[in-house]
Amino acid sequence: MSHARPTVRTLVFVFVALLLLLALTFEASRHNLGRWNFAVATVIAATKALLIILFFMHVRHSALLIRLVVAAGFFWLAIMFALSLADYGTRAWLPTM
Amino acid sequence: MVDVHSTRVPSAVRSHSDSASHSALLPPSALAHQFDDIEQQHAADELGIWLFLATEIMFFGGMFLAYAVYRRQDEAAFAAASTKLDAGLGAINTAVLLCSSLTMALAVHAAETAQRKHLIALLVLTIFLGTVFLGIKGYEYHHKYEVGLMPLAGFPFVWEGPSAGHAQMFFNLYFVMTGVHALHMLIGLGVLTVLAIKALRGGLLGEFATPVNITGLYWHFVDIVWVFLFPFLYLVR
Repeated sequence: MSHARPTVRTLVFVFVALLLLLALTFEASRHNLGRWNFAVATVIAATKALLIILFFMHVRHSALLIRLVVAAGFFWLAIMFALSLADYGTRAWLPTM
Repeated sequence: MVDVHSTRVPSAVRSHSDSASHSALLPPSALAHQFDDIEQQHAADELGIWLFLATEIMFFGGMFLAYAVYRRQDEAAFAAASTKLDAGLGAINTAVLLCSSLTMALAVHAAETAQRKHLIALLVLTIFLGTVFLGIKGYEYHHKYEVGLMPLAGFPFVWEGPSAGHAQMFFNLYFVMTGVHALHMLIGLGVLTVLAIKALRGGLLGEFATPVNITGLYWHFVDIVWVFLFPFLYLVR
């Protein structure tokens, strides 16, 4: 194989980081952070997902075309969430008849 | 009958002599004839699985969107319903799945560096960890059924607190999302079993490692889905 791949050392390091993030999100859920609870959980999950995509799925070393497809996949997801939540989030603004 | 049989024999002989002369000229190659070189073929293989995974992002994304919309309507009910799930078991299952992602990534490494024994051991370990995950999930499902928190297929939904409607919606989402995720795990375990058999027969090494790499990308994607399901279902407070 001539294409670049993460080394075993990198994979194990990323795995340890993922376990630490799991411990962090579990511990954070036991404290009452009010409205920040959900935001903290989401940011930690997104960080874990990014680590898995970049290293386990070796997108960090992938061709530009692959990286473009990955980014497009999440961009479509962002469009779906942005437009749908813009709808549900603003319905209360209408005067009730 | 006699005619069919007599036409088959020469064609079988011909194809056999074809493959024999082919292997005499060239060493066995993983390169399909429509590609210029192995690098181009690998790029096409990876593009294919990533396009599939992009559709999977939207597939699971639709369910996460439904979750977001219903959670906005009654956050207190979702938080109350979430406390009925066992966060400890959820965390253990997350750790099990992260371990299986590591063994999968190491299996891809072993296949590409042609380490046959490591490849077989890592594939079997990945299958084992995936099975442990599904076992714990099955135990959780059974417990929810016993305490009346499985509002599926006509089973009763027992809820003491306020906003029973939104609590029931939380459990509907819980069972559909984790159920579809578990189905993806089952499919992954089936593919991994086929790979383990091929590896036992000495295949999937070096330039033939593509099926391991492609399956790995699928397996890691299913892991990512769980990475979001765990906090959104088990840790909402």
